[in-house]
Amino acid sequence: MSTSLRNRSAALAAAAAGLLVGGIALAFYYAPEDADQGFSQKIFYIHVPIALTAYACFGVGAWKALRLLWTRERRYDLESYTAIHMGVIFGLLTLVTGSIWAKVSWGHWWTWGERQLVLFLILFLFYSSYFMLRYSTDPGPRRERNSAVYALFGVVLIPVSFLAVRIAGTILHPTIFTHEGADLPGSMLLAVTVCLAGMLALVATLYRVELAGKRIDARLRELRELLT
Amino acid sequence: MTTGEKYVTAAYLVLLGTLLVYLLIIALKVGRLEQELTDLARAAKEKQGG
Repeated sequence: MSTSLRNRSAALAAAAAGLLVGGIALAFYYAPEDADQGFSQKIFYIHVPIALTAYACFGVGAWKALRLLWTRERRYDLESYTAIHMGVIFGLLTLVTGSIWAKVSWGHWWTWGERQLVLFLILFLFYSSYFMLRYSTDPGPRRERNSAVYALFGVVLIPVSFLAVRIAGTILHPTIFTHEGADLPGSMLLAVTVCLAGMLALVATLYRVELAGKRIDARLRELRELLT
Repeated sequence: MTTGEKYVTAAYLVLLGTLLVYLLIIALKVGRLEQELTDLARAAKEKQGG
């Protein structure tokens, strides 16, 4: 990793730490307690940013896949794979924190009647299967192309998952961001925005670290082949 | 501690725990890469010497 890249990663990591600590402090000490849900609504300040970060990761993974198919530059394969890897981690975190919130708010961990939950689960399972497809073929241009096409198909599920509940309505899952804007007080909006910025900075840091690790791994493999 | 507080703590701990596990995985990976680099440097020296 070059010095400027290392400095940028360090700056991102510091920004992530500062924003997340600040956002969580705002959520607990500045934003008021929700009149309906009480203290348990504090889960919202991590659950929503984590979910939006997962969408962003899948979106970046699909964008990098499109770049690979467009330019044939092989570096985009690793970048797409790393973004999807991050998306799956944040997707799992979305499901776990969402289930905890559901249990305390609705009384059960999961409900199949909620379109948003089921669509997010489908999106998560779709991108989890990406790894099975990727490792079922040998490394090379064919695997890169197949993975890119799969990653690109999945991106269709992002707007479906995000917008379906807004179009079709919901029974239990709250819809905060409607076409009329954010449906929550300014203090809550500020706290969740800072948490979202922190989560995005965190995932950007993890993406850079993971990508650097994978690139070093690939270069070491090439070196080993040259030496043996 | 109320029920709500317990669930909020659990949700935040899940996030923290995931980050710590990720940190552990990265630490193990860096250790493995360092070991591989040492082995490769030794192999390169041997090749140069022999």
